[in-house]
Amino acid sequence: MGSYLPSTKEEREQMLNAIGMKDWRDLYADVPDGMILDRQLDIPSGLSELEVRDAVTAMAAKNTQYQYILRGAGAYDHYIPSIVKYIPAKEEFLTAYTPYQAEMSQGILQSIFEYQTMICELTGMDVSNASVYDGATAAAEAAAMCRDRKRQVTLMSAAANPETINVVRSYCYAAGAEFRLVPAKDGRTDVEALKELLGPDTAGFYMQQPNFYGLFEDAEALGREVHAAGAQFIMGCNPIALGIMKTPAECGADIAVGEGQPLGMPLGFGGPYLGFMAASSKMMRRLPGRIVGETVDSRGERAFVLTLQAREQHIRREKAGSNICSNEALCALTAGLYLSVMGPDGLEQAAVQSMSKAHYLAEGLCALPGVDMVCSGEFFDEFLVTMPRAEEVLSALKAEGILGGLPVEGGMLWCVTEKVPKAVLDKTVSIVKEVLA
Amino acid sequence: MKLIFEKSVKGHKMSVLPACDVPETLLPEALKRAEKPALPELSEVEISRHYTQLNKRVHGVNSGFYPLGSCTMKYNPRIDEEMAALPGFANIHPLASAADAEGCLEVLETAGKYLCEISGMDDMSFQPAAGAHGEFTGVLLIKQYHDARGDAKRTKIIVPDSAHGTNPATAAMCGYEVVNVASNDRGGVDPDALKAVLGDDTAGLMLTNPNTVGLFDPNILKITDMVHEAGGLCYYDGANLNAVMGIVRPGDMGFDCVHMNLHKTFATPHGGGGPGAGAVGCKKHLSPYMPKSALRDGGEHVQVRSFLGNFLVVVRALTYIMTLGREGIPEAASGAVLNANYLMEKIRGTFAPAFDHVCMHEFVLDLSEFKKETGVSALDVAKTLIDRGIHPPTMYFPLIVHEALMLEPTETESRDTLDEAAEIFRELYQMGYDDPQTMHEAPHCAQIGRPDEVQAARNPRLRWNR
Repeated sequence: MGSYLPSTKEEREQMLNAIGMKDWRDLYADVPDGMILDRQLDIPSGLSELEVRDAVTAMAAKNTQYQYILRGAGAYDHYIPSIVKYIPAKEEFLTAYTPYQAEMSQGILQSIFEYQTMICELTGMDVSNASVYDGATAAAEAAAMCRDRKRQVTLMSAAANPETINVVRSYCYAAGAEFRLVPAKDGRTDVEALKELLGPDTAGFYMQQPNFYGLFEDAEALGREVHAAGAQFIMGCNPIALGIMKTPAECGADIAVGEGQPLGMPLGFGGPYLGFMAASSKMMRRLPGRIVGETVDSRGERAFVLTLQAREQHIRREKAGSNICSNEALCALTAGLYLSVMGPDGLEQAAVQSMSKAHYLAEGLCALPGVDMVCSGEFFDEFLVTMPRAEEVLSALKAEGILGGLPVEGGMLWCVTEKVPKAVLDKTVSIVKEVLA
Repeated sequence: MKLIFEKSVKGHKMSVLPACDVPETLLPEALKRAEKPALPELSEVEISRHYTQLNKRVHGVNSGFYPLGSCTMKYNPRIDEEMAALPGFANIHPLASAADAEGCLEVLETAGKYLCEISGMDDMSFQPAAGAHGEFTGVLLIKQYHDARGDAKRTKIIVPDSAHGTNPATAAMCGYEVVNVASNDRGGVDPDALKAVLGDDTAGLMLTNPNTVGLFDPNILKITDMVHEAGGLCYYDGANLNAVMGIVRPGDMGFDCVHMNLHKTFATPHGGGGPGAGAVGCKKHLSPYMPKSALRDGGEHVQVRSFLGNFLVVVRALTYIMTLGREGIPEAASGAVLNANYLMEKIRGTFAPAFDHVCMHEFVLDLSEFKKETGVSALDVAKTLIDRGIHPPTMYFPLIVHEALMLEPTETESRDTLDEAAEIFRELYQMGYDDPQTMHEAPHCAQIGRPDEVQAARNPRLRWNR
């Protein structure tokens, strides 16, 4: 069996004797009779490192790896520069706890401060927290930030990612707050329906940019309606698109959130990911989770600390706005690192190339019989098309190492990132063409 | 040291992407941002050195002793990292078909089976991304259970006053009124005090056992029985599971649902504050209410995070469980309890334990007498420990002990490390009498002196400005 104990049985016996005990069971004298498990756990015997490596590697080998991924829907296969994989694996970054002791944690604190600055730059917002679990929980936390005694209803665009919708709905259910979906029309939030649903009890409205179908919403128009009703405007944004698209601040958002996975995190079958969260300064004290601030130390030198802690659960307990404690600090570090590696020009390139390649593929596919755009309008790097014989299309692509789009109601949702070369997009079109022929 | 923005030089960059090989599609003006984000511009070597410098200003478990109570700072094995980084896991899309993700699903199924066995539960969800998130999910199970039965009068969750702040915050997030119940003289739940607050408005109880002072509550079965008799459910906060894993099971203590911190008990790294994973287990009667993924599973279910949670953290935890196996799991637990008792014994005669009793995996020192005599506070002692290369214990928690320092050495530490640490604690105790001023001003040789936290909160500077 494997073990990480740094002592021999004899040493442990000596230690037991030093505290006046003979048997390890003496340590558990407080446990009532009959409650100590009287058998071994029904799990296999422990393994050596070599055996466990083989066993876990064999599980990984059962997955199908695709060389090219044309699927998004909330998780995006952008290129991860080599250095972005290595730096977060450094053992101190990796194995530290939350930076409660600033004098021993300046490296983590500074990395978060830099991350917060970059999120403010990306979104145009005034303040950012140190991250939450993922984009969907960021949306749910943002919805909670908007609620007060008078305004309890959360409105959400039906054109947002269904995963995000379901998470926000669940958080509202938990809090006993009302949740209503604003229907979509031709793939976009229906402004007229939003106007009807807005009222004096509306706390906030959430929309996604670009939305689940890849389409750009008229964010400013939606935001104007929300503000006219006295509610808060929350925008969920794709962080790569923010390299080029109008910022939430420019669209009038009060809170900007999003899924930070595209900023250097692998697909990883869903996680760990990163929820980024930024707000206007008037919402600063309602932000959940850790926030790092700059101050000076006893010698007058610049120093970083966890700050505004009076918001948080360990101080406010049941009066805290959120229970969040651990966030995704290492993912925030990864995102800050990714953004530094890409720089303003590199991020723009990733956005422009993803968008251009998506349009190139859309054009190729839509030239095929039975394949048409489901909705009209500007889109980013995802698009929804009708797709006859979806299953056959996916298996034909699989044979060539290509993961096709996601079958959803109404068609297939495709996504292209800068990683996919033109030749592969051409090949994709010809494979689909053959299936449909 | 300089911020990365202060190192930025216009035009410095890395060459990451090739030129675009398709015709460029540009965003219409109306959708474009006014100016590019002011991200730093650096070459690769500049970036590498910046982060290496930052990394030198971090104390990890690998750097030295880290007895941070209630955080279970055990060693994070390298093989777990390597397994999580396997391309066969890292490159799998969360919306891959079941056939394409057979290996990932096997990981979740296997880890779920093992954790059910360890916790005494019937079903496991990996969707929660952290401990507090697991608490939220667990209390949401309780809420759905009562709602499904039309039992609308259950509006209260009972939480001991010794609980982690996340417990009452979680209950409040789930719309419950929090009823604090006073602890007895061993930090446990006082059955009489519990009886006084139980009623047909009780939705449930949230409890950590061993409790937050590091003691196992001998009344545990009585407590969970009482809650069940009142029609409530019992939620087990697994923050302290490392003391008892493989030895006592929350399911056998009468709990209906649990969360486990994979980043504590199952050795996945904490990453400076996440990502963690807060696997939630439940008994059969709560299974129908477990969270699911809208796009993967469809149907009407609650959901607490996208997709299936922090999957790569589960890979690490599974690798750890498979390594330790049925023999190693309980051995790690008793090793942790042994280390805590050994360290408490070695410090005896100096700083006083708040509860002088055989402890579980952690113990609390009460420095109020020491402070009265020397003027040196728990904070001063903590900061002086930094100068000795030891990460301070958890300070001022639990709230029921004044001037508290909570130490959790975990099974990771050798006898030598514990002996050395005990010697340092004894030395600091004496220093309190001989040279309190040096302790008030500590740390003296850390990255920074004590930071001005009041100014940080009063005049928040939360981002860098040119």
